[in-house]
Amino acid sequence: MNLYETNKKMLTKRIIPCLDIKDGRTVKGVNFLELKDAGDPVELAKKYAVTGADELVFLDISATEERRKTLLELVRKVAATINIPFTVGGGISSVADVDLLLRNGADKVSINSSAVKNPDLINEIAKKYGSQCTVVAIDAKQIDGEWMVHLVGGKVATELSLFDWALEVEKRGAGEILFTSMNNDGTKNGFANGALAKLSELVNIPIIASGGAGSMEHFADTFIKGKADAALAASVFHYNEIEIPKLKHYLKQQNIAIRI
Amino acid sequence: MQIAIIDYGAGNVQSVLFALERLGYSGIVTANKKLIESADKVIFPGVGEASSAMKMIREKQLDEIIRNLKQPVLGICLGMQLLCKSSEEGNATGIGIFDIEIKRFSNELKVPQMGWNTITNLKSKLFNTIKDEEFMYLVHSYYAPDNEFAIATTNYGFHYASAIQKDNFYGVQFHPEKSGSAGEQILKNFLEL
Repeated sequence: MNLYETNKKMLTKRIIPCLDIKDGRTVKGVNFLELKDAGDPVELAKKYAVTGADELVFLDISATEERRKTLLELVRKVAATINIPFTVGGGISSVADVDLLLRNGADKVSINSSAVKNPDLINEIAKKYGSQCTVVAIDAKQIDGEWMVHLVGGKVATELSLFDWALEVEKRGAGEILFTSMNNDGTKNGFANGALAKLSELVNIPIIASGGAGSMEHFADTFIKGKADAALAASVFHYNEIEIPKLKHYLKQQNIAIRI
Repeated sequence: MQIAIIDYGAGNVQSVLFALERLGYSGIVTANKKLIESADKVIFPGVGEASSAMKMIREKQLDEIIRNLKQPVLGICLGMQLLCKSSEEGNATGIGIFDIEIKRFSNELKVPQMGWNTITNLKSKLFNTIKDEEFMYLVHSYYAPDNEFAIATTNYGFHYASAIQKDNFYGVQFHPEKSGSAGEQILKNFLEL
């Protein structure tokens, strides 16, 4: 099969903007001049959906007691407005949390620290709602050559190896892994393609690459060299450094299967 | 128009409701026999696991109600699979409208298939104004092999049936409610059948 044919009819690689949410508002600075209120996650989500994002991730980083209620209202508004799938993560620690998010219109939930603390939570979510909505986010840092899982946004080290943990979350029913390299995150020097490729060959569920996006070439690299199924980024999209239509056009030119 | 969305305690019904609202319709989520039977259109959604979903459906005696519906019925994702004879997922016996055995993807490609893939060989009013090889959002580990009821196919290592039809029963493996404006058009086409 030649490249053109493989490109023509197959599952496409996904481009996923990530929105950090605090008390119902987007956190990272956003400079879309055409948006009346760039801090409004719904307006931003709509813009991304229209310009060709394949999925969205909302990461709730607020810490107040009122947070859950605000988040649920937001999830509802996003689900009512956009017609592409979206994942919600941050602070999910029980099946009851998941139930509320899904019932308000989230398509998938992403769990991170709570899965490490209570791995059975993965089984419980997958059993009740299916693997298709169970995303396990893994933050890992390479220390002395070893990729180790970290918690609380990379601040707390664990004894878990990235690859052992990935195999375990797959076995427990995760439908997808969102892997963020703490070494690459914020550098804009590209994704952790070595670890990504190893991860992608080790497990048989989709891998979302996260951390390090700085240029359009980085996205091509993570799909080709990193064998990622999807690539997630925040600031390069929010600051309009990379426009999604241009990025997708570029990737298609590189013979990467992309939805345009 | 009365649109009933079958409620059996599973599935992301909210997304379907919102999609209907964006199209200017409203639906009711119900397990009530009379409401389902008297609706003009019936949507049978579903995410989750086949055997436990069938258990809930049987407990509510919804299988018998669905089997006897005469108005257009649209099964989405797991809903489509449950309209078939059986599924390898939990060795489930389905509602049996379609004589199709649902199988699990082999591990040659990643399972679940998750993301946007194209639909082709379109053969139904459901796809009015939809172009061949339009992208749809799919997320599933089990599939309907290509068969006589196929009205669309998708390639994931091989061609399988991504939409099926028999009489008033329609089933789509993809999520029209999550597949952008083309997905909404398919829902609209169904509502206008």
